[in-house]
Amino acid sequence: MLEVAGLGHTYEGEQRHVAINELGFTVESGQLTCIVGPSGCGKSTLLRMVAGLQRPTSGRVALRGAEIDGVPEDLAVVFQDYGRSLFPWMSVRGNVEFPLRRGADRRQRAMEALEQVGLADAAKKYPWQLSGGMQQRVAIARALATRPSLLLMDEPFASVDAQTRFELEDLLLSVRRQHGSTILLVTHDIDESIYLGDRVLVLSKAPAELVADLEVPLGAERDQIATRASEGFITLRSHVARLLNAGAEPEAQRATAR
Amino acid sequence: MRVRNFLGRWGLLIALVLAWEVSARLAGSVFFLPPGEILVHAWQLWLTGPAEQLWLTDAVYADVLPSLGRLFGGWLISAVLGVLIGLALGRSRRATEYFGPLLDFFRSLPTPALVPLFMVLFALGTPMQLATIVFGTVFTVVLNTADGAGSVDPVKRHTAQAFRIGPWGWWTRIVLPAASPKIFAGLRVSLSQALILMVVSEMVGSSSGLGYRLVYAQQQFEFADLWAGIVLLALLGYLLNNALLAVQRRALSWQRGAENPENPARAKGRA
Repeated sequence: MLEVAGLGHTYEGEQRHVAINELGFTVESGQLTCIVGPSGCGKSTLLRMVAGLQRPTSGRVALRGAEIDGVPEDLAVVFQDYGRSLFPWMSVRGNVEFPLRRGADRRQRAMEALEQVGLADAAKKYPWQLSGGMQQRVAIARALATRPSLLLMDEPFASVDAQTRFELEDLLLSVRRQHGSTILLVTHDIDESIYLGDRVLVLSKAPAELVADLEVPLGAERDQIATRASEGFITLRSHVARLLNAGAEPEAQRATAR
Repeated sequence: MRVRNFLGRWGLLIALVLAWEVSARLAGSVFFLPPGEILVHAWQLWLTGPAEQLWLTDAVYADVLPSLGRLFGGWLISAVLGVLIGLALGRSRRATEYFGPLLDFFRSLPTPALVPLFMVLFALGTPMQLATIVFGTVFTVVLNTADGAGSVDPVKRHTAQAFRIGPWGWWTRIVLPAASPKIFAGLRVSLSQALILMVVSEMVGSSSGLGYRLVYAQQQFEFADLWAGIVLLALLGYLLNNALLAVQRRALSWQRGAENPENPARAKGRA
């Protein structure tokens, strides 16, 4: 469904910075793919290019065979920074209705989405009246309301506390089970990528290259305690951690040699 | 408690007016009239008209209403022009860099200095007064609006783009509301500027209006008229600012909590 080939992005300017280099992968329909990489490795740039918000300097991104040129239809994004991504002058429902076309079922679709994230009661409140975790739920509801065929999430749970994070992760899994959505989620958290993903793509330090493409053999049902304690989870986590470390090592050696 | 609140808020003013009343009556100066006399005079001057004129006197129709018309007319032109230009300017960094210093310069220019020029350029009377008010207030609105429009953060821009919001929705549903706190700040400053410029422009190039009436009263040694005019203008300035504040509170009710870090519902991490 999503095809990324030879993708590269270089920020030109005085400090020329190669963010992404020759990246290629595909995402099948219905898959939850997590991209994990060290901070500042160009994960967000990658996601913005997939969303059509930023043009790649080389390579191509194609959604259902059509090369992305501008933001494609039926794609939704959840950003890390819910505080800035939600509009404070709109009510919770207003925020969820915002991307929907005007029409008879607009309100109904918004309310359905809010129900799915358990916030139907808060529809008339303003985002700032809600806790951080609830605000991110609103952002997720807003994305779901558009019924996207591809949902992009950029570090969606990085700004909430650990407890809330677990709740939101399970919310995402249940929503995804209901809709069979295709999700591409970017994170720097190894555990989260394995817990959520059907598949984990490991990126190296900038310029980001694909280090590994790993299936997650943990089944469809996940449980915050049992899954995270399972042998499969622990083995995979160490493996990803080693891969990420290896990706970072050349840089460290250079630093000590100096 | 109510009485205490009232006294806390207005006590000093009441005390000052009383002191003025007493000292003015004791001194018996022709220049300083006691407030009581001023009020009685103002009543006679403006509020003793016939019923078919809504009890307003001819003086109201000749001076007060034209003044108010110029004040609101000029301010509204400024508001519309200023917000439109400001939004466009604020969203374009190049335009801000290009026009910013120029606008700052014009804003810093004391508008009364331009009144003699406007008297030559525009027809004496209302056109010249409108020009003065608009010129003297529009830059305040433009710069504040541009500041507000420029503050829309990239996450909101990306969100709007990612959800394929068209240009109309972008301007009316995101940029305008995001800029509205600054726009209101600009509108309030520009309203008080407009009041000042209304008076100044009527003092020099007019044969009607409150400003004209002040100068006329002074030349005719009608100090009761003069004081009544001053009091009316003071009241006008105070009431207009408060009215606009009330509108702002209603329009920006969403902002009260969003901007207040003390809000207990905010910043809690739990879902």
